[in-house]
Amino acid sequence: MVTAAQRPVFGVPDRRPPSRWRRLLTRPSTPALAGVVVALVVFGVQAPQLLGAGGWASVLDASALIGIGAVAITLLLVAGQFDVSIGVLSVASSVTTGLLVTEAGWGLWPSLAVSLLAALAVGTVNGLLVVVTGLPSFLVTLATFLVLQGGTLVVAQTVAGTSLVDGVEGAPGWTSVDAVFGSVLTLGDGRFRVDVLWWVAAVLLAGWLLRRTRFGNAVYALGGSRRAARELGVPTAWTTVALYLLTATAAWLLGTLALVRQGGVPVAPGFGAEIEYLVVAVIGGCLLGGGYGSAVGAAAGALLYGTVRTGIGVAGWPPQAFQVVLGVLLVVALLANGVARRRLIAVPRS
Amino acid sequence: MSVQEALPFPEPDGAPVLPPVSAAPALELRGVTVRYGQVPALDRASLRLVPGTVTCLLGENGAGKSTVVQVVSGVRRHDEGELLVDGRPVRFRRPRQARARGIATIWQDLAVVPLMTVWRNFWLGDEPTRGVWPFRRIDLDAAREGAARALERVGLPGLNVNQPAAALQQGQRHSLAVARAVHFGARVLVVDEPAAPLTVAQHALVLRTVVAARDAGVAVLFVTSMPSYAHLVGDRFVLLAGGRVAADLTREDVDVEGLTQLMSGGEALATLTAELRRGR
Repeated sequence: MVTAAQRPVFGVPDRRPPSRWRRLLTRPSTPALAGVVVALVVFGVQAPQLLGAGGWASVLDASALIGIGAVAITLLLVAGQFDVSIGVLSVASSVTTGLLVTEAGWGLWPSLAVSLLAALAVGTVNGLLVVVTGLPSFLVTLATFLVLQGGTLVVAQTVAGTSLVDGVEGAPGWTSVDAVFGSVLTLGDGRFRVDVLWWVAAVLLAGWLLRRTRFGNAVYALGGSRRAARELGVPTAWTTVALYLLTATAAWLLGTLALVRQGGVPVAPGFGAEIEYLVVAVIGGCLLGGGYGSAVGAAAGALLYGTVRTGIGVAGWPPQAFQVVLGVLLVVALLANGVARRRLIAVPRS
Repeated sequence: MSVQEALPFPEPDGAPVLPPVSAAPALELRGVTVRYGQVPALDRASLRLVPGTVTCLLGENGAGKSTVVQVVSGVRRHDEGELLVDGRPVRFRRPRQARARGIATIWQDLAVVPLMTVWRNFWLGDEPTRGVWPFRRIDLDAAREGAARALERVGLPGLNVNQPAAALQQGQRHSLAVARAVHFGARVLVVDEPAAPLTVAQHALVLRTVVAARDAGVAVLFVTSMPSYAHLVGDRFVLLAGGRVAADLTREDVDVEGLTQLMSGGEALATLTAELRRGR
């Protein structure tokens, strides 16, 4: 064995303590958090009532649902995958729940359990198709999107003869389901919905999974270097399927929250929600190529989305301005993410 | 076995006959075949890795070198033949099992994920955890300290393990791969030399790793396409061509020129040289 003196020293050890400021710049969430502050200042000046209890309730309400979707999409993006079908799946699962209640006369809880199982089945199919075919997940889940979109309409119209499922209020179990998925807390003139708690729970769970578990390491490795992941024995297939199961669960949660909020659901699954989730996830710091992103970033992106959307309404801007601002934010985020990524590569962090 | 006997390729019929070796092999391939669909990437290949020696695996691109690496390190299962560790047949289902048997691999791309931190890279695929499922989580302190200690042993004391691997210099990345490979007490070390052009200093790094492992009594498989570097450190030279073992030579059998000629297909190179000269 070579002695310590003979042993080759590969490169020079880096002892520079990384500065706190530069480290901050490498976090995926930094640009979005800065955006939230700017948006609050801009709209706070234009419409001071935004910073009251009522304003905050509106902001959080606008952020929560989009935030749950964005955090699910963030997990996928970090692994270098995407799911086009998440929005349609949420509609499909609420329609399933609604039809089981109104047409089959089931209780709400068993209906919710069955629609969750159905959503998980769709997630399994998505995950397995992505793993088995090795095709871009955008295409694979686009197929699922089309099947679900058409299938939901056909089933709803055949079974119920209508394109609006309603009347779930008052079904057996409504009181407890409403308490879990539809509670409202009134503080001052703000009505805070329980959706916000679900959002916070989703962010905490995703953050813990990504930062603290082997699963999270596998997710980052899948998106960062699939080849290295395979060489080191990271369970790539299982991780991918698990990610689609998590996304399906998020879709089911979104559908259930919408169903309980409105007491019914219009059967009009369309394109839209998943694009907004994607935009928010990217604003929250995800790289489309994978390997980079965080749950806190997704939360910050959703909060920025909620702030801008509510702020434009409260400040009396034309509602179409929202899309313009969102588009500008997306471009800024794409540029900022590129900078952050280069800094990450150049600067030590801890 | 002489060079003349080794070429042309041995007939596929009959069990492969290996020359006797002094010590018991730590790892042995016996007539291993791997197919991608109908096409064999590896065709009845046999190989012995003896502790304290360096076996060089040579061949052109597509000769089956990386398939051997994949089989030995548990990434790919072989279709036929036997893989023996300490004389006992094994069948790895995943890389972790190979690592647990003391087979460590330094991959061509070093298997480093650039955007992940050094300590996450170090443990990737085998993270230390605490707690019980579903609350099982990575033991952050143990992981950071363990990675720092292992890197110190390969000559990187005081490296900030919380920086992304992308911030490391090429040499430091190599050290990270070495530290990870030897961490679990490697008895067999597979070094897959990068196909990308290396500087002389980077080649030296790889060769020093090979020699240090050999001196520590590890059985080394050095996979390379460069006969000149192979001859510097090798005790045994196995040439792969078209998925078959085309020659299995010792240091006494062949010198650098012989090895280079064998590698480039001897006659083919001679013809090419003659043609080029005539063209001038």
